[in-house]
Amino acid sequence: MMMLSPTGWRALLYKETLRFWKVGFQTVGAPVLTAVLYLMVFGHVLEDHVKVYGTVSYTAFLVPGLVMMSILQNAFANSSSSIIQSKIMGSLVFVLLTPLSHWGLFFAYVGSSLIRGLAVGLGVFVVTLFFAMPAFAAPLWIVVFAMLGAAMLGTLGLIAGLWAEKFDQMAVFQNFLIMPMTFLSGVFYSIGSLPPFWQTVSHLNPFFYMIDGFRYGFFGVSDASPWLSFGIVASAWLVVSAIAVHLLRIGYKIRG
Amino acid sequence: MPAISFQSVCKTFPPSRQQRAQGKPGLRAVDDVSFQIEEGEFFGLLGPNGAGKTTLISMLAGLSRPTSGSVSVHGFDVQRDFAEARRHLGVVPQELVFDPFFNVREALRIQSGYFGIKKNDDWIDELLTSLGLADKATANMRQLSGGMKRRVLVAQALVHKPQVIVLDEPTAGVDVELRQTLWQFVAKLNKQGSTVLLTTHYLEEAEALCNRIAMLKQGRVIALDSTSELLKSAASNVLRFKTDMNLPWSLAQHARITGRIVQLPAKNAHEVEQLLVSLREAGVTVEDVEMRKADLEDVFLDLMAGEQTPLEVAR
Repeated sequence: MMMLSPTGWRALLYKETLRFWKVGFQTVGAPVLTAVLYLMVFGHVLEDHVKVYGTVSYTAFLVPGLVMMSILQNAFANSSSSIIQSKIMGSLVFVLLTPLSHWGLFFAYVGSSLIRGLAVGLGVFVVTLFFAMPAFAAPLWIVVFAMLGAAMLGTLGLIAGLWAEKFDQMAVFQNFLIMPMTFLSGVFYSIGSLPPFWQTVSHLNPFFYMIDGFRYGFFGVSDASPWLSFGIVASAWLVVSAIAVHLLRIGYKIRG
Repeated sequence: MPAISFQSVCKTFPPSRQQRAQGKPGLRAVDDVSFQIEEGEFFGLLGPNGAGKTTLISMLAGLSRPTSGSVSVHGFDVQRDFAEARRHLGVVPQELVFDPFFNVREALRIQSGYFGIKKNDDWIDELLTSLGLADKATANMRQLSGGMKRRVLVAQALVHKPQVIVLDEPTAGVDVELRQTLWQFVAKLNKQGSTVLLTTHYLEEAEALCNRIAMLKQGRVIALDSTSELLKSAASNVLRFKTDMNLPWSLAQHARITGRIVQLPAKNAHEVEQLLVSLREAGVTVEDVEMRKADLEDVFLDLMAGEQTPLEVAR
């Protein structure tokens, strides 16, 4: 028997989650391996030379940064790749012909990005436990920043997917914006170790606050107050969400 | 209430950057189109490539917005009441598109879910059986032939039991078996009360299936009538023969020529006699001469070649 429900967006959320899960080696396994390689190489080289926040070993410091970097990159990859692929292959029409509203599309694409980001982040975290066991000074902040970071990058991926018409335009977005902002946000170092000018520049990067706030959840120490980081990241997410919802509402580059 | 209503619909595509630099205007793909399709009709939308058929269907499906005018499905405006309009509408797109991550049943379940429909397997099974896909239910979309992918597109469009079915060139490049299966199934749905809007280049299909037809040319409706009335408007007979020789221009300009086969319109026996005399005088040797009744293709070619303004022909 047919049952009607007003929440068709859940089907899109399910489909988007199933989409990455079906190629889990590529979408979850590979980023976990990459993060572990980073940890092994940088941890091995710098473990005996660098202490962060006075007492934290470099490998332990690196773990939350790598987990967050993996969350951010994979949340972005999920929504952006799904939309650009379905636009180019034409299969986006299956979604566009349905009664799904712009809010439905937003929640489904961002929700599935959040799931993938957190799945990869959890995978990285579990594997890195074999190398270092970080503390859990404020677990709630860990959850809050992991979810905010994934949602933020999932939303940015949605915008990039709508904007890009070709794969190389997407590569520009990914390689010249997302990647530098992630790498220069303090994944591999504390910005306290930078010269004053670069500290100021880092404070203009919203990605810095995601990683710094996330790290606070582990060590109870950070370069910026977690409340300040929360305010900045949450505000930034609201701004990019407003842009993404507007683009979906007007059918930017998806409805003629 | 009509199943589909187009009211003074215009669609102009803005000029590309290059066209703008050259001072060229945008393309007016649909120009002041108004007509209605009643519930239960099997309606044909015909026209040459670039006539505006797919643009009109895109606006109906909400894939594209009209520059002016309005489109509604069962009284629901496709822009303002888009959710209700789309619940009533099932569209089979022209392009052979598919999602490579899923098998056939998954694709149909997911499509049902978009419409808020859970536990739809009974209807999905019926669709799979009716469209000859029962043994492909667990096959990945990538493994299917073009014809099978086309069947899945039809099933996806029907998964929410829409009251209005839009088929945009559904038989382009598909084999005879699929055509038969598809038309039998769609005719059954039409008999059960579904409204069908069909665009096709196969005019014999339109003639056999559609009870009413609109013809588009350069974005405007140049004919809109029942199929039988359109057929009456054409020359009632066609003289058909084979020849290896060139026709004189006076005859060639009215002829449909396909390889060796030549077809010339003739209203009555006197015109047939005149045609044969002209051929003999031009020294054209013919064989396999026969007469047949005019068909929709003759009407179509007449209208597309004609110099009538749309208002003179449209009813």
